[in-house]
Amino acid sequence: MKVLVPVKRVIDYNVKVRVKADGTGVDLANVKMSMNPFDEIAVEEAIRLKEAGKADEVIAVSIGVKQAQETLRTALAMGADRAILVVAADSVDQDIEPLAVAKILAKIVEEEQPGLVLCGKQAIDNDMNATGQMLSALLGWSQATFASEVDIDGDSAVVTREVDGGLQTIKVATPTIISVDLRLNEPRYASLPNIMKAKKKPLDEKTAADYGVDVTPRLEVVKTSEPSERAAGIMVGSVDELVEKLKEAGAV
Amino acid sequence: MAVLLLAEVNNGELAMDATAKAVTAAKALGDVTVLAAGASAAAAGDAAAKIDGVAKVLVAEDASLGHRLAEPTAALIVSLAGDYSHIVAPATTDAKNVMPRVAALLDVMVMSDVTAVVDADTFERPIYAGNAIQTVKSSDATKVITFRTSTFDAAGEGGSASVETVGAADNPGLSEWVEDKVAESDRPELTSAGIVVSGGRGVGSEEDFKIIEALADKLGAAVGASRAAVDSGYAPNDWQVGQTGKVVAPELYIAAGISGAIQHLAGMKDSKIIVAINKDEEAPIFQVADFGLVADLFEAVPALTEKLG
Ligand SMILES: Cc1cc2nc3c(=O)[nH]c(=O)nc-3n(C[C@H](O)[C@H](O)[C@H](O)COP(=O)(O)OP(=O)(O)OC[C@H]3O[C@@H](n4cnc5c(N)ncnc54)[C@H](O)[C@@H]3O)c2cc1C
Ligand SMILES: Cc1cc2nc3c(=O)[nH]c(=O)nc-3n(C[C@H](O)[C@H](O)[C@H](O)COP(=O)(O)OP(=O)(O)OC[C@H]3O[C@@H](n4cnc5c(N)ncnc54)[C@H](O)[C@@H]3O)c2cc1C
Repeated sequence: MKVLVPVKRVIDYNVKVRVKADGTGVDLANVKMSMNPFDEIAVEEAIRLKEAGKADEVIAVSIGVKQAQETLRTALAMGADRAILVVAADSVDQDIEPLAVAKILAKIVEEEQPGLVLCGKQAIDNDMNATGQMLSALLGWSQATFASEVDIDGDSAVVTREVDGGLQTIKVATPTIISVDLRLNEPRYASLPNIMKAKKKPLDEKTAADYGVDVTPRLEVVKTSEPSERAAGIMVGSVDELVEKLKEAGAV
Repeated sequence: MAVLLLAEVNNGELAMDATAKAVTAAKALGDVTVLAAGASAAAAGDAAAKIDGVAKVLVAEDASLGHRLAEPTAALIVSLAGDYSHIVAPATTDAKNVMPRVAALLDVMVMSDVTAVVDADTFERPIYAGNAIQTVKSSDATKVITFRTSTFDAAGEGGSASVETVGAADNPGLSEWVEDKVAESDRPELTSAGIVVSGGRGVGSEEDFKIIEALADKLGAAVGASRAAVDSGYAPNDWQVGQTGKVVAPELYIAAGISGAIQHLAGMKDSKIIVAINKDEEAPIFQVADFGLVADLFEAVPALTEKLG
């Protein structure tokens, strides 16, 4: 079985993002970019399936700007076998919507015929939490989102999902799409020799046009603004003072 | 314009708070029809009919809709979609599972976690863990939206909408439910509680989380946790507050032993009053706190429990 892992290049989760003064977006010039943390977990899970003999090949895919190559090299260094870069934007300020990403991924699935797609539950830039579900709809496949435990067994998968009420376990028919949550595993670091090896692994470069997908956004970003700031608070010196302040504020 | 709103139904019961908050958001867009779907959903439908501003309720009862599996639920919504300009839901994990699937089947984009309605096509939503607010305008024929409930007040009760039944769509039969692990609790629900008391890694163990729970119980509050506390096994996953957990905006949020990472702040910084208890005066949580106390939580939290109430 082949496993396809879509990985997105996003602002590193440690970076404090700044909204551009003219309201056109977030400042992406000269900030550290990394693989979306959820996608690292998806790559790790795919590699573990291969190590357990349940998968033969792990293919990482990224859709976006040319620089997403670095993200794919990271996936290869972790242990993915090959990568596909779909260049669909020429500026880092141009993000591709989940619907368009899902349409491109659907074409790649048709070509590659994976038994499983492992993606992140959400990308930490746009927090849309949509791509996996959309891809599943386009393919008419089953979906198992927000996974914290995955057990692949022949033509089905048993997946435990993190939901509002606690945990839900479902059984889905394969091929399937699983979107991974943070507690599924702890991704490995790529070792130096593996980083070197990754440079030689195959990385195919395509364009959105190669797949005949129109990536024109359906959502126009009218403006991007700073969230409202909280008024400065005060430090209290003791539990007694805290209780007094809370009572004054009518909070308790 | 007409809006179809997917009600949050758990085991046949309406989750009133989440649904009524989404109704408030949806009312601005047109006449609201609520869809109550489940293995049993009639009681939930009757409850939804009483929410102010609901024009009509559709009840779909079918075994395939029992555990809100994405495939049959999305198929049902798509079968009804033709009559509506907007298809919306509260941004629960159930809706986030289903709505993007609905959107893709309709060949439209989804807008997740919307926090404000500007007009029928234009919406605000937080991005980058709430560090920026984006205003987006949709050119799609049908708008598919989940509303972040913490930013809308619940619509009142007192309505009396008509209730109709509708049939389920064909079940694609791609998935089946195995089991739920749901913690039973007498405490208020995290996302609707007036007060939330949260503990972080600083609490140190599952055993010591009891001091957080004791304060919560004294205040009639819900209990929350940071991701580090959940990852370390001190607290269950459904207590997690933050970018990837629940978003809360109670009257009072008390954070003990939580450093204040942006991913945690994303889930609680719209709370009315924030109290931070941390032994490190440099902890970033103090930057958003209305009242900060530099103290050892093992002394401060039990003392607070004793002195309050
Ligand atoms: C800088 C910036 C500029 C923007 N500009 C515009 C604009 O001009 N017009 C506009 O309409 N919208 C714009 N947007 C918004 C944007 O198009 C979508 O809202 C956004 O893509 C939301 O989805 P997500 O990336 O959060 O995906 P999610 O659905 O949250 O991602 C889930 C998972 O899907 C996979 N995935 C997602 N994207 C990719 C990818 N590209 N390659 C591989 N795998 C992927 C990953 O596994 C990921 O973990 C912009 C956004 C940003 C950050
Ligand atoms: C993609 C992604 C998503 C994430 N999503 C979330 C999310 O949804 N929610 C979330 O919470 N985090 C999330 N995180 C994790 C986040 O970045 C932080 O790691 C996490 O919030 C830290 O939890 P903490 O504050 O409990 O622990 P720490 O940062 O370790 O802080 C512990 C604090 O306790 C204090 N302390 C220790 N002992 C005591 C004592 N005796 N008395 C008083 N104070 C004490 C310390 O001074 C310290 O400030 C996410 C991270 C990533 C990468």
